[in-house]
Amino acid sequence: MAEVGGGALRAYRALLGAQARSQAAYRTSFVVDLVGNLGATVFDVVTVLVIFGVTRELGGFTLRETLVVVGLSSCGFAAADLLVGNVERLPRYVRTGLFDAVLVRPLAALPQLLLMDLPLRKVSRAVFGLAVLGFALASAGIDWTPGRVALAVVAPPAAVVFFASVFVTTATVSFYWVDSGELANSVTYGGRDFTSYPVTIYGGWFRALFAYGMGFAFVSYHPALALLGRADPLGLPAWVGWASPGVALVAAAVAVVAWRVGVRHYRSTGS
Amino acid sequence: MNVIEMDGLRKEFTVRVRTGTLRREKRTVTAVDGVDLRVERGEMLGYIGPNGAGKSTTLKMLTGVLMPSAGRARVCGLRPVADRTRLALRIGVVFGQRSQLWWDLPLRDSFDLLRHVYRVPAGAHAARLARCRDLLDLDAFLDTPVRQLSLGQRMRGELTAALLHGPEVLFLDEPTIGLDVVSKQAVRGFLAELGRAGDTTLVLTTHDLADIERLCRRLVVVDHGRVVHDGSIAELHRRYGSRRMVVAELDTALPEPPVLPGAPVQRVEADGRRLVFALDRASVAEVVAGLAGLATLRDISIVEPDIEEVVARLYQSERKGPLLTPGV
Repeated sequence: MAEVGGGALRAYRALLGAQARSQAAYRTSFVVDLVGNLGATVFDVVTVLVIFGVTRELGGFTLRETLVVVGLSSCGFAAADLLVGNVERLPRYVRTGLFDAVLVRPLAALPQLLLMDLPLRKVSRAVFGLAVLGFALASAGIDWTPGRVALAVVAPPAAVVFFASVFVTTATVSFYWVDSGELANSVTYGGRDFTSYPVTIYGGWFRALFAYGMGFAFVSYHPALALLGRADPLGLPAWVGWASPGVALVAAAVAVVAWRVGVRHYRSTGS
Repeated sequence: MNVIEMDGLRKEFTVRVRTGTLRREKRTVTAVDGVDLRVERGEMLGYIGPNGAGKSTTLKMLTGVLMPSAGRARVCGLRPVADRTRLALRIGVVFGQRSQLWWDLPLRDSFDLLRHVYRVPAGAHAARLARCRDLLDLDAFLDTPVRQLSLGQRMRGELTAALLHGPEVLFLDEPTIGLDVVSKQAVRGFLAELGRAGDTTLVLTTHDLADIERLCRRLVVVDHGRVVHDGSIAELHRRYGSRRMVVAELDTALPEPPVLPGAPVQRVEADGRRLVFALDRASVAEVVAGLAGLATLRDISIVEPDIEEVVARLYQSERKGPLLTPGV
């Protein structure tokens, strides 16, 4: 079995190499895309800075504190977008027949699709997100304990897994309903915007739905509270801040099940 | 030994049909309606039927792409959907309108990538590739990016890609669709060669009956998701009463078409100087003898039944009702 697993890994690596070479065929546009993509993420952070230009606190948080939230969110989202964001192209893969082609190969369908179309130009965003997080963690005046160091290491990958799961789960809707792209976007990109600010700024059912119904509060808000050593103004216990890896795993499990069920409902296209 | 088994295989799709400005109605369309079929190792099976007959859907269920709504399918003893990745190592698939190749990379790179994807030992891979290069004349465009290949060249690449892991069964969905005559010949010649070797089972769907005549001893005709004929091409002609024709060229036209027992006149051409008789019960000799008493014969030729015509008639009779009992 181990040998088979190693073979599959080599196969995936070969697919990734092929994708890199394919993109190298269009070198100039690759560089342009690299820079263009950076713009989108920078803009998110600039928005936060602009808001703090007119206020000293946002939902009870200072700029330096808020930057920890922003850093976790944009780092997690950008990396997830790089790795699995293209799953939102599923309707196109279905239409062009790529999905059929991938299903008749001896590898899992989802990793193949993602590797065959990995948008390497989005690397710039992930790097920028990581830089923001690094700066925020360094400048927020965190009282570093071994536990907080561990959380600072685990929370970003957990955020990546969580966002990746959201991408996959929402994309599977298009197995049943091809024009579901806008709905999926409202959850994924809405979730990104939601996690860029302390959840205290949102109110009522909206906060309840996104923060705890879908779990977005565990991506950046609660881990940031734990790192900063602040009590939750909304009254949740302190350990919630450490729950992000667990929540991410639950989200991943939901995504895997949703994907498997979706593939069984796959209808292909004519001929 | 059966390489492929289908028992009561069914596939239904629900489609929403607009019935008013806002109202939509759910309707169930049965694409494959209870197919039972056995295919033995080394067989070459041709699957034909009009558009929407369920050919591609059947192939997709056998290759693990689509989940059957009901019934049972086994390929190489495996369940296509549940054992999809294991089955993929043992079958090759060519979908005429899908590609297994990497668009932006040279053809050669796709073959190399597939070696990794299918975990084929380098030696076996090289040997199979060498054989395909030889039989399919790939060398001229092996270093060309796939996006620049002609359809015929690409199809030869697809065939190679499907065979590099040495599959036991090769599924081909419309392998000659859109190809020019020369490419069609190349593809058919290659598949015939593959079939002669005898260890690969071949299942192909097509619109082009010449593919079947050239390649397949066994012909399965499907219509509306059901098998309406399963047997050889000769059996098809026998069952559906397709007839040979005798074309008689006369020196001078007869005042009216002659009446010969067992050989009705089908067409009168060239101002009555060419007569076409269908051989119902009469033999060629009887037609010639009957004609010789009436006019001076210039030439006689015999036309074998046209499979397209047979199939067209078959579809028509199916539409009118179950005139025939399938599977006899």
